[in-house]
Amino acid sequence: MTAAAERSGAASAHRIRRGTLLRSEQAQGIALISPTFLYALILLVAPVLVVIAHSFWTQDFLTIDRTFTLEQYRIALTEPIYRDLLARSLYISLTVSILTVFLAYPIAYYISFHGGAHKSLWLFVITIPFWTSYLLRVMSWKVILGYNGVLNSGLMGLGIIDEPSTSFLYNTNAVIITLTHAWAAFAVLPIFVSLEKVDRTLLEAAKDLGDGPIRSFLRVTLPLTLPGVISALLIVMIPTVGDYVTPKLVGGKDGVMIATAIETQFKRGANWPLGAALSVITMTVVTVMAASIVFVIRQAGRRVR
Amino acid sequence: MPDRPMIQIAGVSKAYGSFKALDDATLTIREGEFFSLLGPSGCGKTTLLRMIAGFDTPTEGTIAIDGQPMDGIPANRRPTNMVFQSYAIFPHLNVDQNVAYGLKRLKLGAAEERRRVDEALAQVSLSGLGKRGATELSGGQRQRVALARALVMRPKVLLLDEPLSALDKKLREQMQVELRRLQQAVGITFVLVTHDQYEALGMSDRIAVMFGGRIAQVAAPSQIYQRPVNRQVADFLGGMNFIRANVVETNGTAITVETAGFGRVKTEKPSGFNDETRETTLGIRPERLRVLWDDAKAKHEIAGTIVDRHYFGEITHFIVDVPGFEKTLSVSESNNFGADDLPVGAPVRLGYDPDALVALAD
Ligand SMILES: Nc1ncnc2c1ncn2[C@@H]1O[C@H](COP(=O)(O)OP(=O)(O)O)[C@@H](O)[C@H]1O
Ligand SMILES: [Mg+2]
Repeated sequence: MTAAAERSGAASAHRIRRGTLLRSEQAQGIALISPTFLYALILLVAPVLVVIAHSFWTQDFLTIDRTFTLEQYRIALTEPIYRDLLARSLYISLTVSILTVFLAYPIAYYISFHGGAHKSLWLFVITIPFWTSYLLRVMSWKVILGYNGVLNSGLMGLGIIDEPSTSFLYNTNAVIITLTHAWAAFAVLPIFVSLEKVDRTLLEAAKDLGDGPIRSFLRVTLPLTLPGVISALLIVMIPTVGDYVTPKLVGGKDGVMIATAIETQFKRGANWPLGAALSVITMTVVTVMAASIVFVIRQAGRRVR
Repeated sequence: MPDRPMIQIAGVSKAYGSFKALDDATLTIREGEFFSLLGPSGCGKTTLLRMIAGFDTPTEGTIAIDGQPMDGIPANRRPTNMVFQSYAIFPHLNVDQNVAYGLKRLKLGAAEERRRVDEALAQVSLSGLGKRGATELSGGQRQRVALARALVMRPKVLLLDEPLSALDKKLREQMQVELRRLQQAVGITFVLVTHDQYEALGMSDRIAVMFGGRIAQVAAPSQIYQRPVNRQVADFLGGMNFIRANVVETNGTAITVETAGFGRVKTEKPSGFNDETRETTLGIRPERLRVLWDDAKAKHEIAGTIVDRHYFGEITHFIVDVPGFEKTLSVSESNNFGADDLPVGAPVRLGYDPDALVALAD
């Protein structure tokens, strides 16, 4: 055996050893994620597939007719009631997510820049409302916004109105207020994390180059925290589109959202395929809206420079 | 004009709680000067530089730039610009946008702004890299961008906080030359913070040596090196032999001391020397002692025995025991003359120039 052959033999042996090592690392990795993966597969992917399948079928009284049809989508997209509900849901979730970010950004900014040694304490304090159930928090808004509620009695006490107003509760705005309050804390965290990552020397550099505090915020801090802002927007927007509890409790007739219509199809309406089509449409629209928000914000960020 | 003061620092202190990071600094930096703040880590150099820039405010004292008192004037309205130790390149901007950052506010118009950015990039040899992203630059290039971004503002004073410390040795030496050349080309007053004595000696017109929040000496590099005011300064700027000496006489600016081997030496009295002191230190740099070969003669010489030697390529370091001295002397001798042949244990005669002996305050 020549020296060269020996060397190549050694090299391939080495390669094989590396190969098994990699394979075992891969195997380890797969083993590690498989419980989560299976869980997600069974509880997330499978139901979604079931829903998508149903959306192409038809309800035939108590049974389901499994011939492929786009009829449900035609109904869902042409019936004005569903279009209105979807539009309102999108409007509410967009408004809520934007309001939430506007509320959360200053809080996150304050904690990150002025929290000093007590940053974790501040974050902890923010989570305190979550110790009570979401239902209780929604109900407490009823107490505030209701006919005999805190807001009405306060305004009457101040003499601003003569009799209780019914315009605070059971409408779109009540849903927006309640959802904004409920989600603000979730938006604080991603924004806080991105603010923490901003190198403070960059802000000194901006100041050194002539920027006052507002300019350096707009030119350095904000562009560098856009990823946090985007995640905050999405974290709030995506789940609120399909929110079901809040409109039920404080939305009244005016505050009905698409989730309620979907629920009706699956329960009282007993039209699963139509409910499924509505669900698929909602998911698609949310995805498209989320993607366009990311795109628009990225573009705007580039423009600021 | 050449000696016009640019930065006047009068009685400036900075305290953090009870700890004084800077203690009563008084210093004048001249227009167009390359000035270095030199000292070990933690001695307060950055603290002083940041107060000149306006990022921190002195607890006591005042700073004036170009005759204008700077009290209450924030960093964004001072005629200074800074090259940060970490460079602080904006990661979301490319090279052009980084350099143009401060110009945007001046509303120069697109063409003039473009011209000044290009000029600044050319000054730091980065022409053609304007479209590079901030994250696609090497350490040396980032350093140049930071420099161009500050220079493009045409400040009265450019502040540099250890700008070369993150670079590797070769690049650092090259940048020292370039920085010096650049400073002379633009004529802006440079204030450089460094803990590297060679960097300070090689680039500066004048140096302030600092220890523990205090300025120990302000002088030109050769003066600092040859006539350090005390042992601490002498030690920080490279090796020096210290010999205990008795004070024979002091008058005015002169001092006469006596030691075993060197005998009586009359030299400059170090500033701040207490005339009551009877004992002091005499210093001489290792390279100011030279080995006398064969029967070579020098006007002044001392004799001793080689007890150790260290070979460094271009020089050899000898440790020489001289009768009457408490400690051995270090002698560095160029290997040009075959110094590497001298063995341990050999007797040597060392020649010196009495001018090379300095009296040091302790
Ligand atoms: N913000 C601060 N709070 C407390 N101590 C500080 C602060 N900044 C600097 N110091 C202390 O002041 C001293 C001088 O620091 P500095 O000026 O950064 O030194 P250097 O000469 O290395 O640049 C150091 O001991 C440092 O720990
Ligand atoms: Mg420093």
